[in-house]
Amino acid sequence: MSAALPPRDRDWHPPALAPDYKSSRLRAPTQKLLRLPSTISEETGPVFGHDTLGPLDADLITNFAASGEMALGPRRCIRGTVRDQNGRPVAGVLVEVWQANAAGRYRHVNEGYLAPLDPNFGGCGRMITDAEGAYQFMTVQPAAYPWPNAPNAWRPAHIHFSLSGPAFGQRLITQMYFEGDPLIPLCPIVQAIPSGKAVEQLVARLDMPHSESMDYLTYRFDITLRGGVQTPFENKMEGM
Amino acid sequence: MADAESPSQTAGPYVHIGLTPNFTGITGVYPEDLGAVMCGDAALGERITLEGQIFDGAGDVLRDAVVEIWQADAAGNLPPSDPDFRGWGRCASDLKTGIFRFDTVRPGVATTADGDNHAPHIILWIVARGINIGLQTRCYFPDAAQANATDPVFSAVPPDRQPRLLARHQDGVWRFDIHLQGPEETPFFDL
Ligand SMILES: [Fe+2]
Repeated sequence: MSAALPPRDRDWHPPALAPDYKSSRLRAPTQKLLRLPSTISEETGPVFGHDTLGPLDADLITNFAASGEMALGPRRCIRGTVRDQNGRPVAGVLVEVWQANAAGRYRHVNEGYLAPLDPNFGGCGRMITDAEGAYQFMTVQPAAYPWPNAPNAWRPAHIHFSLSGPAFGQRLITQMYFEGDPLIPLCPIVQAIPSGKAVEQLVARLDMPHSESMDYLTYRFDITLRGGVQTPFENKMEGM
Repeated sequence: MADAESPSQTAGPYVHIGLTPNFTGITGVYPEDLGAVMCGDAALGERITLEGQIFDGAGDVLRDAVVEIWQADAAGNLPPSDPDFRGWGRCASDLKTGIFRFDTVRPGVATTADGDNHAPHIILWIVARGINIGLQTRCYFPDAAQANATDPVFSAVPPDRQPRLLARHQDGVWRFDIHLQGPEETPFFDL
């Protein structure tokens, strides 16, 4: 009842050790990963039903706000499609997002940036992809923020994404950046990704046709999950 | 031609906002953090607690990690067929002690269609600041030595590293510590 997962292309992902990203130095395993064929444990995973979600989960502008109020900042819609490596939409993927507010400040006990909290912004949202693999949420534009990796180090504006697909071996956390951000080439977290083409996969594009006049700008961010490579067992998977 | 997987990025220091918001004090958005409860009252099998800490290359405990686990039910079904058992859990390392803890059931032997017997095991997936792509390891049980010896994954690990995949029974809990570097470095998988 499960399909073998293709091995991850480890040269496409950032390596565990990226010395310019200082936190990776003591947290990167030094031994090679043990590469083996996937087993039933990686080929299966938890299912998240739509009853998991509350009505405001995909609206970061209001889901933490006091009644009748809204988070401050430029209004944004983020939308995209989750596909597998064969380009087929993946339905039922739990997409969890988190981000700084429009001043670049996170709502977190370990956060020390002097920019202000927004009393109406929590910073988390979640959704489940529909039958076409599509997701969408409303938020405010997060600001770039400084971090202690090096003097004058700034993260480009970004939204963190967590994806839980049908197989636990597809589990992925990544970050979405915004088209045209001049901080993208300066960021050691982004630049830990070996190829510029791979970085491009994480850059959301302005989507004017889906933007709403007098309301919000939309950015499009499509995601590819591991899996879907043709295998002898493929036909049995159809229709599941 | 297969498309490339979207590249991973670190979960960063504020991962809790997205994955365990209630844990970090963001209440009122989600009623509870996902994965906090794995077992219903009627879950079948032996109840166990799995706990541990994650250590970096300096021997310091990670206090900002999130761990997810996935496992068979007590009868060895993957995904679990026990309606009172989820098979999946998510836990943030304690902000002070770095301890992660799961109240779960002891997994059974999973037999797959190809006839492989998979020893009782729990997959762990670890993300944190400084970890560029989620780390995957497995916890096995030392009292299942015979099953472990024929498990397709455990048996493929070099024998001198196999002990790092074994939980220790200690004070009524199964203890599984993870070392990211150093002489006790945990084996991590690309499965
Ligand atoms: Fe961030």
